[in-house]
Amino acid sequence: MSMFNGFKFRSVNSTIHKMDPRAKFIYVCVMFAVAVMFSQLIPLLVLFIIQTPLVFVARVQKEWLRSMKGAAGFAAIIFLMNVLSLYFYGNYESLSAILERSLALTLRFMVLIESFSVFFLTTSPDLLGLALEQSHVPYELCFAFTTAVRFVPVLAEEAQTIMDAQKARGLELEGGSFVKKIRNYIPILIPLIVNAIRRSLELAETMESRAWGATQNRTNLYVLRMGRKDLLLMLFSFIVLAVSAYVSWNVQIPNITYLLNI
Amino acid sequence: MPIIETKNLTYTYLTGTKPAFEDVTLEIDKGEFIVLTGPSGCGKTTLCRCFNGLIPHFYSGKLEGEIYVSNLKVIEHPIHELARHVGMVFQNPENQLFALSVEKDVAFGLENLGISREEMRERVDWALKMTGIYELKDRAPYELSGGQQQRVAIASVLAMQPEIIVLDEPTSFLDPVGAKNIFEVINKLNKDLGITIILVEHRLDLTSKYASRVMIMDKGRIVLDGLPKEILNSEEARLIGVGIPKVTRLYQILRNKGVPLNRVPLSAEEATRDLLEVLRI
Amino acid sequence: MIKIQDVFFTYPNGVEALRGVNLEIQDGEFLAIMGQNGAGKTTLVKHINGLLKPTKGTVMVDGVDTTKVSVATLAKKVGFVFQNPDHQLFSETVEEEISFALRNFGFSESAIKERVNWALNLLDLAEYRKVSPFMLSGGERKRVALASVLAWDPKIVILDEPTIGQDSQQKERLRQFILQLNHLGKTVIIVTHDVEFVAECKSQVVLMSQGKIIAHGSAKKVLTNLEVVTQASVVLPQISQLFANLKNISFPTEVIDVNEAADILLGKLGDSQ
Repeated sequence: MSMFNGFKFRSVNSTIHKMDPRAKFIYVCVMFAVAVMFSQLIPLLVLFIIQTPLVFVARVQKEWLRSMKGAAGFAAIIFLMNVLSLYFYGNYESLSAILERSLALTLRFMVLIESFSVFFLTTSPDLLGLALEQSHVPYELCFAFTTAVRFVPVLAEEAQTIMDAQKARGLELEGGSFVKKIRNYIPILIPLIVNAIRRSLELAETMESRAWGATQNRTNLYVLRMGRKDLLLMLFSFIVLAVSAYVSWNVQIPNITYLLNI
Repeated sequence: MPIIETKNLTYTYLTGTKPAFEDVTLEIDKGEFIVLTGPSGCGKTTLCRCFNGLIPHFYSGKLEGEIYVSNLKVIEHPIHELARHVGMVFQNPENQLFALSVEKDVAFGLENLGISREEMRERVDWALKMTGIYELKDRAPYELSGGQQQRVAIASVLAMQPEIIVLDEPTSFLDPVGAKNIFEVINKLNKDLGITIILVEHRLDLTSKYASRVMIMDKGRIVLDGLPKEILNSEEARLIGVGIPKVTRLYQILRNKGVPLNRVPLSAEEATRDLLEVLRI
Repeated sequence: MIKIQDVFFTYPNGVEALRGVNLEIQDGEFLAIMGQNGAGKTTLVKHINGLLKPTKGTVMVDGVDTTKVSVATLAKKVGFVFQNPDHQLFSETVEEEISFALRNFGFSESAIKERVNWALNLLDLAEYRKVSPFMLSGGERKRVALASVLAWDPKIVILDEPTIGQDSQQKERLRQFILQLNHLGKTVIIVTHDVEFVAECKSQVVLMSQGKIIAHGSAKKVLTNLEVVTQASVVLPQISQLFANLKNISFPTEVIDVNEAADILLGKLGDSQ
């Protein structure tokens, strides 16, 4: 659960937090594209390192480290699987080449986690919802997204209350066989689902009572406007994209193994 | 011209075997403050849902008779149109707030109506100030107390500037102090802005002093309708089992024993004043 | 007996909900724990059946330290009825719902049958035995939840905000039911902010404010004490408000009951004539 804290919005008064989510999203997509372009260790290492200053500017180091730690488990698995498959099915010269290649592919995964983590840590869900709206995503979807985020803490608390209520009736949630464990969660899941349905009915009543669907031309209290920093970020992203594309097509990137003559 | 008018209104839920309420004929004038009460299951919540069109447009079922709200025939107008005239506040504060900030929630109805940003800003600020929660405008709903959340719900409805506001047991989940605050806000909207109020409540000791009229329903019918002091003092009200204020009950006991009290008290202040008069004699 | 000694409790999110609570609840007592929303009432009672364990201090139920046993073990003695019945109901029939706890506690099939019948009759639910609890009205669901907790006959019963959303007839029935439970020898603890209800119940009252107990005594004494009542952000019962206003003319102030109020006033009016 603590790994997910690396993707949950944390409110900080930083430059990154104030930037337009659309600009940040473009940056994340570019990072994704560039990471996929390369399978050599050096460029991926560069990609990983150039993003780290952003984490510190946004002052979300603690949470970001959590996402990294959580991802470490998956990373280890990816690394191991790559090593094994390259060893048996690849045609690489030396062990160190194999290790390097596996490390590179693992790093690709970490680069993605890194950028997504920074994105979600610094973008508030309501700004995200607003960005979606202004990007012409249908309003129903944006609304569903923001409402879902709004109710996550409420549902979490309700789940805890239901667990308490059933524990107070003698329900043991720990121990027992796997099958028993699953069965023990029925008295938790059913009230949770039933209450969620009841809640959505009440929400629907309220929505209708506040003129939902009155017009197709819905207006908005807030408006997102791209500032200079956002345009700069997008420009920077496109430059990185262009340079990476050029390099990956035209330049032969050496392996560290080769450089060190292992 | 009454602002709400019904003639022989009867409604049966889709899965219901008998009507939730029947033969309801009433007239409500602009500016009235109506307290609607009655035992659980008497049909008051269902009746309220007719005032803004949730019945028959959101809840299918059989609606018979006629109902006009703000000169609109309810069955002929969609809910989003009626919402401009009738605002509705529900029992559970949590399930009326969707957005991640208070002011965005208050703006929700206006956004749905396509109001311009400048006008929205004005109306949102106005509604927040009227309900006394302007300082909370950037807070998230999850951080607020139940009473604060209900005030946001009221502000959200108020921003749409309806002529009528219907509140269905809005203080059920609030403690007495929170409830008192809500009733004061509602009273202010009625007395200062002239908004017609229909308040469904059990807490008669806290609300009857604000009301211009009390309606009691029982088993799907309106059985009592009139001035608060008359209705709450009546024998029928006691028999139906409606929770009349304790001081009113005290008044009844003392009157029976011959104490010359002429006015029916609904609050401790009124009872104090009346008793002091009698004691001076 | 329930012994709460110097209990402090802080939630994982850092909120200090209980700041030094000392309370002894005798067997067979009828106690109302009152205070504003957020004062710590529900937090406190959740310590009695072990759902919460104190950060500091101890809670002993019949000589057993709540940190040393599981919630299920304590639950055998302490029945807890939550505020919202929909947080408990999940079975296909009312009968199964009531049997749930009995099965968890290891009652024999014949004992379960007997207890279910008893609970159904106690709460007037016999006609709904085979009905799905989700098909019942709000008030009926509350009774099913109550029945499912009373079924295993716990000696201590805790009711969290039992009067919410209830009309006055339902409240009166509830009050009489609680008195019946108390007469059966059970310790009954209700958590509520409904002063008029507690004034009618005439129970012992504990007033809480900001994680501490600020008053403990009979309803008569506590609910007429303007100072503590204001501190706890609770209101005086209407009759007590009246007598508080009249106190300058040498009226007794500890009055919460309508009939008693009438007697006092008639007496005074008789004197002045």
